[in-house]
Amino acid sequence: MGFLVRRLFRSLFLVAGASVLSFAIIDLAPGDYFDAMRLNPRVSRETIAALRSEYGLNRPLPVQYLSWARSVLRGDWGFSLAYNTPAAPILWPRARHTLFLSATATLLAWLIAVPLGIWAAARPGTWIDLATRGTVSVLLAVPELVLALLFLLFAVRTGYLPAGGFVSLGSTGPLWVRSTDLARHLVLPTVCLAAGMLPLFLSHVRAAMIETLGSPFITAARAYGIPFRRILLRHALPVAANPLLSLFGLSIGLLLSSSLLVETIFGWPGLGQLLLEAILERDFFLVVDCVMLAALFLIVGNFIADLLLYLNDPRIRADS
Amino acid sequence: MPSSMPGRHRLRFRIGVGLVVAAHVVILFAGFFAPYGYANQNRAFPLAPPVRLHLVDAQQRIHLRPFVYKLRHRPGTFNEYEEDRTATFPVRLFVADEKTSGWGIRSSRLHLFGIDAPAQIFLAGTDGYGRDEFSRLLFGGQISLFAGLLGAAISLSLGTLLGAFAGYLGAWVDDTIMAVCEIFLCVPWLYLLLAVRSLLPLHIEANAVFLLLIALLGLFGWPRPARLLRGVVLSAKKRDYVTAARGFGASNFYLLRRHILPSAAGVLVTQTALYVPQYVLAEVTLSFFGLGVSEPEPSWGNMLAALQQGYVLESCWWMFAPAAALIVMFLAYHQILSRHAPDAPQI
Repeated sequence: MGFLVRRLFRSLFLVAGASVLSFAIIDLAPGDYFDAMRLNPRVSRETIAALRSEYGLNRPLPVQYLSWARSVLRGDWGFSLAYNTPAAPILWPRARHTLFLSATATLLAWLIAVPLGIWAAARPGTWIDLATRGTVSVLLAVPELVLALLFLLFAVRTGYLPAGGFVSLGSTGPLWVRSTDLARHLVLPTVCLAAGMLPLFLSHVRAAMIETLGSPFITAARAYGIPFRRILLRHALPVAANPLLSLFGLSIGLLLSSSLLVETIFGWPGLGQLLLEAILERDFFLVVDCVMLAALFLIVGNFIADLLLYLNDPRIRADS
Repeated sequence: MPSSMPGRHRLRFRIGVGLVVAAHVVILFAGFFAPYGYANQNRAFPLAPPVRLHLVDAQQRIHLRPFVYKLRHRPGTFNEYEEDRTATFPVRLFVADEKTSGWGIRSSRLHLFGIDAPAQIFLAGTDGYGRDEFSRLLFGGQISLFAGLLGAAISLSLGTLLGAFAGYLGAWVDDTIMAVCEIFLCVPWLYLLLAVRSLLPLHIEANAVFLLLIALLGLFGWPRPARLLRGVVLSAKKRDYVTAARGFGASNFYLLRRHILPSAAGVLVTQTALYVPQYVLAEVTLSFFGLGVSEPEPSWGNMLAALQQGYVLESCWWMFAPAAALIVMFLAYHQILSRHAPDAPQI
């Protein structure tokens, strides 16, 4: 249990640190939301000063940070100047969409990477191994941005799948009609994100499995006459899973970054799009919130990876 | 390079280095290699496809020197083009250009190739303003590749410095630096980059943006190399020869410079080959979002941004040129990497 408690405290420390970091970076900004209003001769300087003090923008940085932190704990997540409401109701649906897209894509990538990686590792040098390595090097060289544009081109050219958005306009009807609609919109961004992560996962699964299969206990197991398939899945996989669980935690940061790109290109209404809009509007609390939520996803994801590591590896449990 | 490296990897490594060096030279001297300036507009020829180089003309005569035909609009259309086969325009090498000056970096009075006046040579077509896509690709590479290179250089040196301090000094210095590292690492890099970019006015001058991008990339990329270097230094400082040197009265600085950092050289080379493409991509991404280098200055990112228009995406395949360039650069860098980490990519 000690391991998990330590990790939990570390995560809490990181959340606090990330919030200070994102708040400090963003508050260094020379301009603010009211810059555009300053150019308007019909808005007097006093009005702007009054507005600034009403939203608390003229207070010193630590005070602003504390009041923002309080509002996060209350569940308001600060105040969006552009939407003129507390930020939370704007954030939640966006965060949900990003989480939904990322989770689907991660699932898809692991579902392809694990069986394919094990297969390639079990038969090194054969056609399946070569094909796997070829796929890895090709996918690795194609940046996600390019991949997304190519998928978009595919959608526009063929018209089989919607080229962007989340649901079709005016989509109503029974639940299954709406879910098919959602699924059709989900295909391209998911495949694109999964294809971006696949080379990383695939090569690590293969490498971890090859390393494990080379160790003496596998030779011993084979000498006992245990079927190879059973050795692969029951003996080698749990051992090889350790680095992969850490990789799962590490990959979340990459996933969120690439999902920002993919969301923007496919018009998926997630956090990434909201962040870009907020930057263009100079809606700073919303920017801080988006960065903070992304950091939160990453930290929680890493904690989950630690939890899985704890469950998978008896050595860690024994240590603590 | 270790001589024990298998021949196949050595060949891949050499091909990678050769490609990377050649690409950087061509792009550095874009002014010489590009036939036109990056901002030269031909408003009459927006989104023209690449010209075709011919050897056989309309009269079936064979020319030794490749030539092109002049482009003209297909009668009755405004965005379809055809060749005007009445006159041929041979491609000339080492064309002098009196209107410009310079040493071949941003502009040049000599171009590698060019063509006589009314015709134009658009090797990779034109963009929406009728600017030569090939020339812009080379000039854009100056921004994208060198932002990546310089950004990687800054973050690697910063990371090396901090990592070496942390690993070598240990105690509270180590704890502090590593804690700060972890905080930086728990914000996804693109979010962090965008957040920092949001600090600054949206429209600033191109040169300023370029420097700013390099500084941002450099200043926020240090935690990963710092962590790695810390590990290398930690293991190196326990070696016997380091203890021996310290016994002879060597100073901390001398030990770091002479005995500890050299053992990190291999790691640093790998990290450079790993970081440069990522940083190039970071610049491309920012410019794609319109937060990086702005018009008329080209960068691979803002050139790709044209593909966000449906018409361009659907019918102008040559506008994917920067994407192709990116893929080639990435492949080349990965060949260099194959030397140390043949198959497993790192994050």
